[in-house]
Amino acid sequence: MSSHAKEAAAFLADEERAHWHDQALWFVRQKRDTASKNVPAWEELRETAHQIKMHTLSRLPEYLEAFETKASEKGVHVHYAKTAQDHNETILKILNSHNVKRVVKSKSMLTEECGLNHFIEKKGIEIIDTDLGERIVQLLEEPPSHIVLPAIHRKKEEVGELFHKHLHTEKGASDPTYLTQAARKHLRERFLAGEAGITGVNFAVAETGGITIVTNEGNADLGNSLPPLHIASMGFDKIIPRAKDLAVFISLLARSATGQPITTYTSHLAGPRPGQEMHIIIVDNGRSEILQKEKFRKTLCCIRCGACLNTCPVYRRTGGYSYKFVIPGPLGTVLAPHKDLKKHKSLPYACTLCESCSDVCPVKVDLHQQIIEWRAEIDKQGQLGLIKKAAMWGTTYLFKHPKLYRTLGKLGRIFLRAMPARLLNAIPIWGKNRDLPEMPAKSFSALHKKKLKQGGNYGK
Amino acid sequence: MKVGLFIPCYIEQCYPQVGLAMIDVLQSLGVEPVIPEKQTCCGQPMFNTGCVTETEKLAIKFYGDFKDYDYIVAPSGSCVHMVRHGYNQFFRSNPDFIRMQAATYEFCEFIHDVLNVRSIAGTFPHKVGFHKSCHGLRGLRLEPASERNLVEPSKAQSLVEQLIGIEIVTLERSDECCGFGGTFSVFEKELSIFMGQDRLRDHQQAGAEIITGYDTSCLMHMEGILKSNNLDLKTMHVAEILSEAIS
Repeated sequence: MSSHAKEAAAFLADEERAHWHDQALWFVRQKRDTASKNVPAWEELRETAHQIKMHTLSRLPEYLEAFETKASEKGVHVHYAKTAQDHNETILKILNSHNVKRVVKSKSMLTEECGLNHFIEKKGIEIIDTDLGERIVQLLEEPPSHIVLPAIHRKKEEVGELFHKHLHTEKGASDPTYLTQAARKHLRERFLAGEAGITGVNFAVAETGGITIVTNEGNADLGNSLPPLHIASMGFDKIIPRAKDLAVFISLLARSATGQPITTYTSHLAGPRPGQEMHIIIVDNGRSEILQKEKFRKTLCCIRCGACLNTCPVYRRTGGYSYKFVIPGPLGTVLAPHKDLKKHKSLPYACTLCESCSDVCPVKVDLHQQIIEWRAEIDKQGQLGLIKKAAMWGTTYLFKHPKLYRTLGKLGRIFLRAMPARLLNAIPIWGKNRDLPEMPAKSFSALHKKKLKQGGNYGK
Repeated sequence: MKVGLFIPCYIEQCYPQVGLAMIDVLQSLGVEPVIPEKQTCCGQPMFNTGCVTETEKLAIKFYGDFKDYDYIVAPSGSCVHMVRHGYNQFFRSNPDFIRMQAATYEFCEFIHDVLNVRSIAGTFPHKVGFHKSCHGLRGLRLEPASERNLVEPSKAQSLVEQLIGIEIVTLERSDECCGFGGTFSVFEKELSIFMGQDRLRDHQQAGAEIITGYDTSCLMHMEGILKSNNLDLKTMHVAEILSEAIS
């Protein structure tokens, strides 16, 4: 059994939880449907967003330089990091130069990608995730299971238990409002004590040198304005050319992510506040390799809304951890093999090719197409596995020889018809709880020929 | 008009009645289809596994078997999606190959787009759940997909919807994947069956007696699950319903 199939089977063993997980995410997908259908020009917006991103990628050096110049003019220190390691070390250096011991961080999948928390903690610096979901998984010592809803795999009762242990809420309390209030109080203390704030970036505008961060909890705003030091990390794919392009992306992002017309907070930062120091770290970490691969380039259009996860019938029923990669779902499936094809080779097959991800994507990333491309790459690199390869080679041979195909088909039907159905379905060839089709006595060709002979005008 | 029928491998071997029903319906619409004898499989299983070399061999064979027809019609959305789009990486320099790809139609799509027929007179007094198989839905756009905000025609459901006596039940999830996915159904068995069970539950709670669709492969998967679980439901291809309705 492949790695994902094994993880999937384990997740599905708790049937009730699997259904609950599926429903929770389907609910988000439905909210997204309603929100997107309230925008008459939705499909044009998607196309426009795609074009803007593709254009930006085609002139990336220009836009990056423009952004750097403008941001520097505003007093921001701009750094470049080639790898995750570079990114983490740059941050550590900045923190050390200010003798920081306590950091508050808002949601950033990039810092997850770089393994920043672990790196910083090992150096004796406290780093607190301030997004509620992120804080939940941090207390659980788990990675996020979703890129927008990091603790979606945990029920409110489990959060209640966790908060009872760490935040001393009442035992057995699971009321979301009560728990959120407790988290709020706990996080406020951390915010006030934070010596530096680390945030992600949703959009970086080349024209102005400003960055835009969207959240629902306002935690990024506290994190970037309270402490005297603000560090923002971004992949180079976050660049957009003009401030007015934000109108396109902001219209798409929250609707696609959670079904909200807009998030509670959309903050535009144009440099540090007076007396504050601000740094922006622009990270590559494999992105330039993706940029060079034409078949996979469109992935860099992604705005990390998570809609492809919410719509994916596989993700919904197997959870984020079944992918064993920092980003799960269709997006993770196309990103993971860039890092290590052999390790993640089961992911492109953890997909029915339903193509819903490509249709739901607000920036038209051709996700399903890329999944097919990865499958071809897996075969090309000899990673398919002997059984699959032999099966495909054998059936191809059969399909190339019509007479053999028909003869074997006939023999197969005779054999399967002779087998008692109960015995046949007791062997879970096609899994438990799924019977093989009942075999007809004759094939289509044979029946068709017979009808022709009987004078029916079947297929003259 | 020279119409060649493309009979996918699992219909040839396991579901001959679907092919015969398709001929019935096409004949009632004045089309006399021909069945090229040497045809086998379009290569979709190989393509979806990543075996490009093997797929190419079958693409060449398919072209040889079907190149002389004005139209090629198949009772399967996913096989047509394969020919029309999956073959795109091959033989771009041969305009006749490209013509053949474009001339390949799914059964309902052929009736809608080529024959320009919008309704077929017939009676089918049953409650029916319509399964919109993904490849036909999003690959061929046979139906409007729930993700998109576009006004698009229904080319398949609309054909059965207007039969006298039929009731198309309203599903909670109008176009969710059933979990078949070709070799996915073998290599991710547990998940595949779990997804199929979810789909069947939706059809059941909506009160369907019959699940129909334009892809026998998805129906085969759901039929396997409903039989194994003794559910009071059955599956029929759209062509079978139409053929029964007009007889």
